[in-house]
Amino acid sequence: MFNSELMKRLSDCFGPSGREKSIREMIMDEIKELADEITTDPLGNLIARKKGNGKKILFSAHMDQIGLIITHVDEKGFLRFANVGGLNAKELLGLRMVFDNGLEGVICQEELKDKEKVTMSKLFLDVASTDKEFITRNFHVGDMCVFKTEYYETDDCVICKAADDRIGCYILIEALKAHPETENDVYYVFSVQEEVGCRGAKTAGYSIEPDLAIAIDVTATGDTPDGIKMDVKLGGGAAIKLMDKSIITHIEVKDLLTNLAEKNNIKYQYEVLEFGGTDAGQIHTSREGVPSGVISIPTRNLHTSGEIFNKSDVEECIKLLIAAAK
Amino acid sequence: MFLNELTELSGVSGCEYEVRNYIKGKLSEIGCEFYVDKLGNIIAHNKGKKNKNIMVSAHMDEVGLIVSCIDSDGFIKFKAVGGIDQRVLNSKVVLVGENNIPGVIGSKAVHLMSDKERGNSIPIDKLYIDIGTSTKEETEKLVNVGDYAAFKSDYVEFGDNMIKAKALDNRAGCSIILELLSQKLDADFYGVFTVMEEVGLRGAEAAAYQLEPDLGIVLEGTVCADMPEVDEHESSTLIGKGAVLSLMDNATIYDIDVVRSVAKIAEDNNITYQYRRSTSGANDAGVIHKIKNGAKVAAISVPCRYIHSSISVASKNDLYSALKLTKQVIIENQKGE
Repeated sequence: MFNSELMKRLSDCFGPSGREKSIREMIMDEIKELADEITTDPLGNLIARKKGNGKKILFSAHMDQIGLIITHVDEKGFLRFANVGGLNAKELLGLRMVFDNGLEGVICQEELKDKEKVTMSKLFLDVASTDKEFITRNFHVGDMCVFKTEYYETDDCVICKAADDRIGCYILIEALKAHPETENDVYYVFSVQEEVGCRGAKTAGYSIEPDLAIAIDVTATGDTPDGIKMDVKLGGGAAIKLMDKSIITHIEVKDLLTNLAEKNNIKYQYEVLEFGGTDAGQIHTSREGVPSGVISIPTRNLHTSGEIFNKSDVEECIKLLIAAAK
Repeated sequence: MFLNELTELSGVSGCEYEVRNYIKGKLSEIGCEFYVDKLGNIIAHNKGKKNKNIMVSAHMDEVGLIVSCIDSDGFIKFKAVGGIDQRVLNSKVVLVGENNIPGVIGSKAVHLMSDKERGNSIPIDKLYIDIGTSTKEETEKLVNVGDYAAFKSDYVEFGDNMIKAKALDNRAGCSIILELLSQKLDADFYGVFTVMEEVGLRGAEAAAYQLEPDLGIVLEGTVCADMPEVDEHESSTLIGKGAVLSLMDNATIYDIDVVRSVAKIAEDNNITYQYRRSTSGANDAGVIHKIKNGAKVAAISVPCRYIHSSISVASKNDLYSALKLTKQVIIENQKGE
């Protein structure tokens, strides 16, 4: 059964790259009874461990989401910003944004003759106040904000913000709840700063020094009108990544995940992504190298305020992850 | 401070020895313990009261040129080292090779250019260095392929406490660390002078790997764009408005608790500071914070106009603010919890 209540809370929780405090605390609260040991490292990665004497396995899903950082508050109270993670200036006009303190704004743009020429520096945030004192008290250079989107679901799919990668966090939490009897020493890592270059995963990979690493993250799909050429589709099951810009999945890890899926009747599909990367990209080159792979959740409309995934795919990902932990 | 001497030395990325030798000499005079690592970073240690492992770093290298070929008439063709502002190369004076052979960057005369050529900056492959020779053989006696060329530009103080010099990015940072080391603070820190920042933060990665800092403080000369045609929100930093604190750039999101604590130290000590408004660019913090288990980092910079060209301009007041702030941050962090 899909735990909508948990997913909604994960999606709604504030946590752009570098500002993961709220989401970290929320996940910490969720898992504190489940792990043998929970630590936070210098960059803010949350690491939950299920102790064992066997193989060291690292599972990683990133807590951070894309957002905006305020770079300047002008005389009239308009906020200028830069993107945190992969956002396109052409797709932002009119979006509602929310800050950690709950205050909101809407993205506006300067009057431009050629609307196609819009860049981040031509956009600004209107925080719906003409009171200068209110603005300078509440908004500071360095503050970040994220999309404001209502969580919505149908019988089979969900629309929400930050499915990338709160759905991965959801899968990690659900897998941790159902952690199997095993000799393996398993680390569930909720990483920081993936959206700006998988920075958290680099240090987590170094400190844990795993024998096997699997990242859980969203991937694009090829099932939309005039979409990209790609075999992955919603409802096709857990996607076993073969390659993206950051990793060529270790052949033994590909075989391991495939065999586990076959043996446990888990619906799966293979994924070849021509762009993007995940935490596994940083982890697999850590120290002497780590055989690594990725279990992906097919997700449409990535890096927008409304990302769409299928709940049954999520169930298959959880099953595959639990099987991999064993 | 040491800035006037530091900015008149050549130190293009990968060829930092003039700067390194100068700093080594000063460290010996000061009586500060140091070593040079395999990549050429200088790692100096100021021993004192210690609560955490602090690494204060600044890069020694500057953007410049490397000789790629000598043509049949003795002209020197070159490539850029680091993100140089290629628009401004023409007719600049450079010093080439170990013997600092003076040369002038030249191109086809403006009189001979087509209208189209006149409207554009001259691409680097149409430029050459003229060292006053007229044959390949003559040039080869003085210069080899692989030699570096650095800008020549005198240190001049002018206006209201302003400095004009080359390579303020990042001799400004180097001078601050030297000054801090010479003050013999009773607060422990490593003063690190790194190599090859301008070509990808290469020296700092090796240095941080050796030191495993808890806190990295990166000192920089950073972009300042307070010119008339630049909108206020795009100006990045303002000259004369104090030490610059970074929040985010292309390589680092600075730990917000560390940033705000540095800001508070500035406020408590009446040190003028400003936030960096741009998120473009990168500095050594980008590799330091990701080393091994990870480290907290802060970047404190001096606004510099016209960087990555042959001339830069900074304010002595800003330099002093950055020095005072760095000093206080080290002292506060070594006080203990």
